[in-house]
Amino acid sequence: MNLPQFVGTTAGPASAGPVLLVSDLSKSYGGPVVLRGVSFAAFSGVSLAIIGANGSGKSTLLKCLIRLTDPSSGKIEMLGQSVGDMGARALRQFRSRVGVVWQKHNLVPRLSALSNVLHGVQARMSGPRSWWQWAAPAEVRAEAMACLARVGLTDKALQRVDSLSGGQQQRVAIARMLMQRPELVLADEPDASLDPQSGEDVMRLLSDLARQDGLTLIIISHRLEHTLAFSDRIIGLGGGVITLDVATSQADPAMLRRFFDKPTE
Amino acid sequence: MAQVIPAPPRFQHRSLAEYVGIIVVLALVVTSVVNTAPSLDKLQRGTVRLFAPSGFLMQMFPPDFSRVEHITWKLVETLQMAVAGAALGLIFAIPFAILATDRLSPHPVIKIAARGMIAFFRTVPDLVWAIFFIIVVGLGPAAGVLALMIDKIGFAGRFFAEAMEEADTGPQDALRAIGANRMGIIFSAVFPACLPSFTATSLFALEKSVRGSAALGLVGAGGIGVDLKVAFDLFNYDEALTIILMMLVLVVAVEQGSSWIRSKLI
Repeated sequence: MNLPQFVGTTAGPASAGPVLLVSDLSKSYGGPVVLRGVSFAAFSGVSLAIIGANGSGKSTLLKCLIRLTDPSSGKIEMLGQSVGDMGARALRQFRSRVGVVWQKHNLVPRLSALSNVLHGVQARMSGPRSWWQWAAPAEVRAEAMACLARVGLTDKALQRVDSLSGGQQQRVAIARMLMQRPELVLADEPDASLDPQSGEDVMRLLSDLARQDGLTLIIISHRLEHTLAFSDRIIGLGGGVITLDVATSQADPAMLRRFFDKPTE
Repeated sequence: MAQVIPAPPRFQHRSLAEYVGIIVVLALVVTSVVNTAPSLDKLQRGTVRLFAPSGFLMQMFPPDFSRVEHITWKLVETLQMAVAGAALGLIFAIPFAILATDRLSPHPVIKIAARGMIAFFRTVPDLVWAIFFIIVVGLGPAAGVLALMIDKIGFAGRFFAEAMEEADTGPQDALRAIGANRMGIIFSAVFPACLPSFTATSLFALEKSVRGSAALGLVGAGGIGVDLKVAFDLFNYDEALTIILMMLVLVVAVEQGSSWIRSKLI
C-alpha cells in the first residue's frame, strides 16, 4: 500500500499496516473550508488523540471517517475498506465495525440501561428482538449484561438512563459500544460533558477497555491532561490542517497547550 | 430636579401595506357578520318562540327516560365505533407519519405525498367521510368507523409526524452510526422518545372520536346520532334531551378518563 504524504508515518508499528488511512481529505459546508488536505494514518491497537481548538475541524473529521457527513474530496480507507465508495448497505455494514462514543451519550432517555446497551447488537442483528431488552434472545441479554459488568453498572440494568448520572450514562454508552463488538473506536470528547473526576474515570475506562480488546482508539479530547495520559500519539488540527503529529511520549505540554487555550483559526 | 426621560411614542409607525392589511381584515370581518349572522330582531323572535309554552325548550322538559335502556345500548355502540375508529386510525397514522417526516421518509416525493394525504384526510370533515363510506359500505356503524378512522389518520398523522420531527436526533444518529437499519432506528430511538406525545395525541384522538361518533348517526353512519335525529324528526324533544344528556355523560366520562390516564402515563 502506498502511503500518502502525511506527517508522522513513523508513529505506530508500520509492519502491522494502518487500520485507518486518510489521504488529502477536505471538507467544506458550502462556504468556509473546515478541513484542508488532511492526511494521517492510525495503526492497530494504537490510541490516537486528535486535538484542536473549537472550530478546528475535529468533529467534522470524525464524522467524515464514518460518512455521517460526506467529505468534499480525499480518500479514507478504514479496516481495509474504502469508505467513500460504499453504497448504503455496504456503509451500514462498515459502520457496524466501528464503535462511536459521543460527547452527549446519545442514549435513548426513556429506555433502561440494558435496552440501550442491547441496541449495540443492531450492528449485526436486525428485527424486533434487537429493539427492546424484554424481546431479546437470552444470549443477547447475557452479552449485554456482560458489557454492563465491564463498565460496572449491572445494578443499574433496568434503571432508565435519564435517571443516571452523566458519568454513568457515558458508561452505558461505552457498554453499548462494546456490545457492538467493534474493531475500531471513535470517541468524540467523551469527557466533555462530565465533571473532572467522572471525565477522568470515563477516559480511563475507555482506554483500559480498548487496550484489553486490542482496539484502535481515535479520541478527540478537550483536556490536555487526558490527551497526555490516554493516548499513544497526538495529532493537532488548526484551521482545518494538521499542524502537529507527534508521539505522546515526545510531546511537550507547553507546545500542546496552544491547541486547547485559544482558537487556532 | 430629576431629569425627565421622554417616553417612547404610544404607537409604532406602520407602513401603508400594513394599514391596507388591517382595513382588508376589518372589511372581511364586518361583511361576514353582516351577511351571515342573525339580526337582533330574528334573535328576539326566536328566543320568545324557544321559551313559549309550546316551544322547543319547554317541550324538552322533563326529559323522557322511558327508552333509557335502548339509548344506553346505542351509546355503547357509539363508544365502540369511537374506539374502533380511533384505534384503526392511530395504527394507520403511524406509517403515514413516518413517511411524512424529513429524517425518516425514504424519499422526498414520498414525504410530500404522505403529507398531502394527511392534510387531505384532516381537511375533509368526518361527516363528509361518513356520507362517502355510506355509499361504499351502506348505512350503519361500519361507515362510521371508517369515517372516524380516516379522520383520525389525518389528526394523529400530523401530530405523530411533528413529534417525530422534534425528537432528539442524537440517539438516532448514534444508532445510524452503529449500522442500525431504518426500522431499528424508528423502533429503538424514535418511538421511545415520542411515547409521551403519542400517548397524549392518542387520548385526544379518542376524545375527538367519541364526540364525532355521536354526530355521525345524523347522516346514517350508526351510533346514537340516528336516534337523536329520529327524536327530533318526530318532535320527541323530551327524548332528544335524554339522549343529549346521556351523550354528555359519555363524553365527560371519556375526557375525564383520558385526562387521568395522561396524568398517570406522562
